[in-house]
Amino acid sequence: MKRVGVFVCHCGSNIAAVVDCERVAKEAAKFPGVAFSIDNKYMCSDPGQDLIKKAVEEHHLDRIVVASCTPRMHEPVFRRATENAGINPYLFAMTNIREHVSWIHTDREKATEKAIDLVRMAVAKVLHTVPLEKSSIPITKRALVIGGGIAGMQAALDIADNGNPVVLVEREPTIGGKMPMLDKTFPSLDCSACICTPKMASTDQHPNITIYTHSEVERVDGYIGNFQVTIRQKAKYVDHKICTGCGLCETKCPNKKIPNSFEAGMGNRTAIYKAFPQAVPNKPIIDAANCRKLTKDKCGVCAKVCPTGAIKYDDQDELITIDVGAIVMATGYDLFPWKEAYGEYGYGKYPDVITGLQFERLVNASGPTSGHILRPSDGKEPKTIVFIKCVGSRDDVKGKAYCSRTCCMYTAKHAHQAVDKIEDSHVIVFYMDVRTAGKGYEEFYQRTVEDGVHYVRGRVSKIYQLGDKLIVRGEDTLLGEAVQVNADLVVLATAMVPSAGSGEIAHIVGFSTDKDGFYQEAHPKLRPLETFTAGVFLAGACQGPKDIPDTAAQGSGAAAKASAVLSNRSMETDPLISQVNDAVCAGCGVCVGICPYRAIELKEITQRAGGKTIARRVASINSGLCQGCGACVAACRSGALDLKGFTNQQIMAEVDALCL
Amino acid sequence: MSVKSSDAQEAWEPKILAFCCNWCSYAGADLAGLNRTQQPPNVRIIRVPCSGRVDPQFIMRAFQDGVDGVLVAGCHPGDCHYSTGNFFARRRFLLFQRIFDYIGIDPGRLQNRWISGAEGDKFAATVSKVTEDIRALGPNRKLRDEHE
Amino acid sequence: MKYAYYPGCSLDSTGIEYQLSTKAVAGTLGVELWEIPEWNCCGASAAHNTDRLLSLALPARNLALAEKEGLDVAVPCAACYSRMKATEKAVRGSEDVREKISEIIEMEYGASNRTLALLDVFTNQAGLEQVASLATKPLQGLKTACYYGCLMVKPPRLAEFDDPEDPQTMDRLMDALGAEAVSWPYKTECCGAGFASSRTDIVLQMSYEVLRLAKTAGAEAVVTACPLCMLNLDMRQKEIEAKNGVAIDLPILYFTELMALAFGHKPAAIGFNKHFVDTTPVVRKVEQGRRAKEVQP
Repeated sequence: MKRVGVFVCHCGSNIAAVVDCERVAKEAAKFPGVAFSIDNKYMCSDPGQDLIKKAVEEHHLDRIVVASCTPRMHEPVFRRATENAGINPYLFAMTNIREHVSWIHTDREKATEKAIDLVRMAVAKVLHTVPLEKSSIPITKRALVIGGGIAGMQAALDIADNGNPVVLVEREPTIGGKMPMLDKTFPSLDCSACICTPKMASTDQHPNITIYTHSEVERVDGYIGNFQVTIRQKAKYVDHKICTGCGLCETKCPNKKIPNSFEAGMGNRTAIYKAFPQAVPNKPIIDAANCRKLTKDKCGVCAKVCPTGAIKYDDQDELITIDVGAIVMATGYDLFPWKEAYGEYGYGKYPDVITGLQFERLVNASGPTSGHILRPSDGKEPKTIVFIKCVGSRDDVKGKAYCSRTCCMYTAKHAHQAVDKIEDSHVIVFYMDVRTAGKGYEEFYQRTVEDGVHYVRGRVSKIYQLGDKLIVRGEDTLLGEAVQVNADLVVLATAMVPSAGSGEIAHIVGFSTDKDGFYQEAHPKLRPLETFTAGVFLAGACQGPKDIPDTAAQGSGAAAKASAVLSNRSMETDPLISQVNDAVCAGCGVCVGICPYRAIELKEITQRAGGKTIARRVASINSGLCQGCGACVAACRSGALDLKGFTNQQIMAEVDALCL
Repeated sequence: MSVKSSDAQEAWEPKILAFCCNWCSYAGADLAGLNRTQQPPNVRIIRVPCSGRVDPQFIMRAFQDGVDGVLVAGCHPGDCHYSTGNFFARRRFLLFQRIFDYIGIDPGRLQNRWISGAEGDKFAATVSKVTEDIRALGPNRKLRDEHE
Repeated sequence: MKYAYYPGCSLDSTGIEYQLSTKAVAGTLGVELWEIPEWNCCGASAAHNTDRLLSLALPARNLALAEKEGLDVAVPCAACYSRMKATEKAVRGSEDVREKISEIIEMEYGASNRTLALLDVFTNQAGLEQVASLATKPLQGLKTACYYGCLMVKPPRLAEFDDPEDPQTMDRLMDALGAEAVSWPYKTECCGAGFASSRTDIVLQMSYEVLRLAKTAGAEAVVTACPLCMLNLDMRQKEIEAKNGVAIDLPILYFTELMALAFGHKPAAIGFNKHFVDTTPVVRKVEQGRRAKEVQP
C-alpha cells in the first residue's frame, strides 16, 4: 500500500492570502493513497523540511507531494528533503499553487478549487513513480580541440596546463590560424606575429599537447566523457620525422607561381611549401594538386635535393582514432565572398580593390611587398586610399544582417598605418557608424581621426576604373551631398562569416548552427561557451564575430569548461531520461532519426522464442547522450519507449485526475 | 469542479488542460504569476519537458475524460530547448486539426501556441483567449466517455 | 509568339522612333504585338509619390486587360516596366492588395501573366541565336556603349532578368548583331530624368557624366532602352556640349533601331532621322565595316 504525504505551503501570505491552504490539505487527505496531509507556513524553510522528515517517520510515508511555488525554483530543494527523509528523491511530485494559482487569481473559492485539482493531479502522478537512481559514466581524460587558431591554441594550452592531454587538429599545414597573417593588432599596435608565433611554439612544445596539422576530423561517435574521434591525417608527402625543415626543397621547386593563401592571394609560393617562415610544424608539405611529380610524374627535384631523404611521393592519407572526454570547437572565420555580391564595387574585376586581410599582408614587413604599401595593379605607392566599412556586414540584402564587430577597429588601424607609412597620403574612411566598444578602442579611433584620416558617414554606391584611378562615388549623409574620390587603392572591410566547412564539422560532431551558420551556443547570455551537446564547447569566432581579446578569453573559458568535465573520473547523469522496453520494441528505428542528440541506436539482442535462439534489433538509449526531451516516446509506434519521471502512465494519471 | 457538476448548464465553466514545456511556456506561466497578471481560473497545467513529449493519446484521453479544451504550448519554432521538439508538436497539431475536422469536432478545442519564458503577458493573454474560445464552443459532449 | 503591347505615353510622341523600330523588329522576329486597347497612363514619376494604391491601380488596369487575353505584357519604356513590375509583385504577394486593386479598377486582376521588358522579349525570350541569324546586315565594327539606365535592371527585387550592377542583356544583343559593346562603368547610372523639368541643371550634369564616360570608353553610339534617357542624352546633348565647352557628337539609339538596321530595314523607316544628334555616322560606319569585311576574304 502506497502512503503519500501531502504538504501544502502558505508561502507566508503569498499563497494563503488567496488559497485556503487548510482546506486544500483537508481535501487532499481524502485522495486515494494519501496517508498524511498538512499545511505549513514555509515549506522551503528548515522547519518546513524537518516537517517532511518527521511526517515520514511518524506516518511511514513512502511518497511526497509538495504544493508550493514553481518546481523550476525549489524542486531540487524538496527532492533533497525527500532524500533526507529516507525516501528515493524521485518518489516526489511538486505542484505550483503560487505562480499558477494565488498570484494570478483573486476569487478565493475558485483559486482553492484549482489548487485542490492541482494537488489531486500531483498525487495521482506520484502514485505512479518508481525509485530512480542516478547512473554514472566514466570520463576519458583527454580533450580534442578542433581548429588551431588563437582560440584553439589558447584552449589547448589551458587544458594542457590543467594537466590533461589534448589533441589539437588543424586543417591547414600550420597552426596559428588568421592571427599570424595580421600585421599589427589594435589598439596597442603590437606586432601580431610577435605575440602569436610564441604561442604557436608553446603549443607545439607542450608535453600534454599532440598536434595534427593538415588533418581533419572525419567522424565523432559517443558522448560526453566518451567520444571516439576519427582523424584523417592528409598525405603530406614529406616525412616529418626525418625532415629537418632546412627549406632547400622550397628554394629548388620549379613551380613558384601558386597563389599563397597565407598571403591572401597577394603573394606566391612553391608546390612544396611552408605557409610562412614561422609555421608550426616548421616543415614543408607538398601541395599535390600543383606538384609536377605527383600530377605528371615529372620533376622530382625536391627528392633529389633533400639532404635527409624525407620526400615521400607515395605518402597516403592516414586514419587515426582517439578517445576523448570533451571537445572544444575553434574553427574560426572566413571573409565574406564580396566578389560574388558587390557588383557596384566591380565584382572583383579591379585589382586595386582589395580586402582588409590583403591590406594586412601589404603592410606587413614579412608580406609580399616587405611592408611597403604598394598597389597590386602596378606596384606604385597609392596616395589616396579609400576604406569602405560594412561590406557584407549590416547589409541584409547583399550580405549579412549582423555587425562583424572588428572592422571598425581594424579599419581605424589600417587608416592609421596608411597615414603613418605614406607621405602626403590622403585617407578617407566611408562608414555607417563607428563602433568602438572595447578597452582603449575609442581612444585609438580618436587618435586616428587626429592623425588626419577623413571619416565620411555614408555608403559607397559605386567604384569604377578610369585610367589608373578608381573613381569612388558615395554620399556624405551628414552633409547631404554626393561625394566623389579619385582613389589609388580601395580597401573593403568585409564581413566575418563562419569558416568554410564549419557546418559540416558541426554536423559530424553533432550540434547545431544558427541562422548565419555560426555555432549555436546553449544560451546566448548564460551559457555562451556550451552547445546543446554535452561535452562540446565553443571558442572564438566560430560562435560569432569576435576580436582577438574576446577570442582568447573564450578559448580560456571553453578550456575551463572542458577541464571541469575532465576533472572527474566519472560523472553522474540525471535519471530522467528515456528507457526502452526490449520486449515491446519492434526495432523500427523511427526514434533513431527523431532524437536530436543521436542518443538512440539499434542494438542486436538475442532471445529464446519457440525453442530457438533468435537475434533481433531493438532501440538502445545512451544515458550519456539522452537529455530527456521525450520526443522519441511520443513518436514510438509500439509504446516501447517511455520517459522516466514523465511516463505515459504518470501523465495519463494526471489527465485523469483533473476530471475525477 | 467535476464532470458531473459541469453537466448543469447554468454552472458550466470550461475546463481546460494545458501542456506546457518546462523551458519556455511553463516559465512564461511562472513569469505571468510573478507579474501578478490576472487570468481566468479555468486552465490546469501539466508540466512536460518538451511540447514534443505530448503524446496524442494524452490529448484524446483528456477529451474523453470530459475536458472542454486542450492547449499545447512550447518554445518558439527554432528556440526549442531540445532543438527540434516543438516541430514534432506542430506536426501533430496539424494532424489533429484534420482528425477533428473529420470526426466533426471543432478544431478550436485543441490549440497550439509558442510562448517563450520571457512572454508572461502573452501567456496570460493566451489563457484568456483560449478560455473565451472554448467558452464560446460550449461544453465538450461529443468526445466524452459517458459510460463511466 | 504573341504579347500584349503597352507602348506608354512616349512611344507615340517623343519616342516615335522607338515605336517604329519596335514594330519593324517584331515583324522580322515574328513576334505578334497586340496593343492593349484603351490603355491608360502607367503613373510613372508622379503616382507612386502621391498614393500607393493609385500607383498600383493605374498599371493594374492595363495588366488586367492583358490578363483577360491570357497574354504576357511587353513594355518598351523602362519607367513603365518598373511600375508594372511593382504592381505585378504587389498583387502576387498580397491577397489584400489584390482585392483592393481589383475593386478599384473594377476588374479581376490576379497577376497570372508576366510583365516583361521589351529588351527581355527581343533578346532572351526570342533567343539571341534567332536574332543573330536574322541580322543579315551585321553592324560590323560599331562600338556601342550599352546604357541600361536606372530602372531597367534596378531595383533588383523588381527587375529580375539581368544583373543590377553589371547587366549583360544589351551587350550580348550587340554581340549578336555584330557590333561591339565597350566596357564602361555607367551602364546603370541615372541620367537625371526624374528632374527632367524641375532641375534641368542636375539633368545636364548627370547626363554629361554618362556621355563623357561613354565617349571615354571609345563608344561611337550609346544604345538605350528608355525614352527618357533618350530625351536627356539626345535632345539635351547640344546644351550639354555648350555648357561644358566640349564636342561630344555621340548618336543615341534605341536597341530596337540597331536591331532593325541589322535586320535590313531602311534607316529612315525606323526613325534614324528623328534624332537631334546626327545618326548618319552610325549608318556610314556600319556600311564601311561591312564593305571592308566583304573585301577581306
